[in-house]
Amino acid sequence: MAETSTRRSPLAGHADRLAAATLRSAGALRIEEQPFRTHLDLRLDPSGPGAGAFAGVVGVALPVEPGTTAAGTGVEALWLGPDEWLLVGPPGTDGELAARVHAAVGDEPVSVVDVSAQHATLLLAGPRARDVLAHGCSIDLHPRVFGAGHCAQTMLARAPVVLVADGPDAIRVIVRSSFARYLADWLLDAATEHIAAGA
Amino acid sequence: MLLISCPWCGPRDETEFRYGGAAHVAYPADPAALSDAEWARYLFIRDNPKGPFAERWSHAAGCRRWFNAVRDTVTYEVLAVYRPGEPRPVLP
Repeated sequence: MAETSTRRSPLAGHADRLAAATLRSAGALRIEEQPFRTHLDLRLDPSGPGAGAFAGVVGVALPVEPGTTAAGTGVEALWLGPDEWLLVGPPGTDGELAARVHAAVGDEPVSVVDVSAQHATLLLAGPRARDVLAHGCSIDLHPRVFGAGHCAQTMLARAPVVLVADGPDAIRVIVRSSFARYLADWLLDAATEHIAAGA
Repeated sequence: MLLISCPWCGPRDETEFRYGGAAHVAYPADPAALSDAEWARYLFIRDNPKGPFAERWSHAAGCRRWFNAVRDTVTYEVLAVYRPGEPRPVLP
């Protein structure tokens, strides 16, 4: 990337509206973007030596239970499929994280693809977060079933998303960049009942 | 709408899946040796049972994996789901 270019999130134009909705919901909701997170798509044989060495070198174990996540030091692994994971890290760590993955896996066949620019992340928190998502998502989002440490690839308002439960009242929505503005608009619309009018 | 249980992700809406036709259609061992009629039979001729039918489905909006399902073509009830490579379960 050229030094002169400025990175701009697809949701940059929504920041004010998301902040206003958070303010006017009086504690019911918090909607914000988490821009520029590092996302690596990883394909690897879960029974191979690379997966065994993974936790020691990369700092996070690969979850094998469908729909679960594992948190590590500066990196998080989300289960996407029996041999597919999404590695999530802080902004700007993509090169270093990919290098750690390759160091762990060695010569074993592996696919590591930087998909950071393809994804946008929205955080939906607060006691009404799950109610808002339930307007457009058919899976069971009750904390009893979808509590912290769970993730799901599904459809939200007809857009393919990855939902990640960060806690009883916080769900991250990972969506394609090209759907991000549509989904942010939809979330603001779905949250209308929890947002005071005026102001 | 059908509620289909992905062998990995659990019950999901039908809209998350893609249909893949009849399951357990074996690719011919030596396709070049087949007559046109035999090749056409492999390509196009499928069972069309009234009752349980083994089909392939792909969880396109989820884990993107293919699996097999036995669906009753009369009631649309999904009687069993199983992963690729696993034998078709014996239904009661």
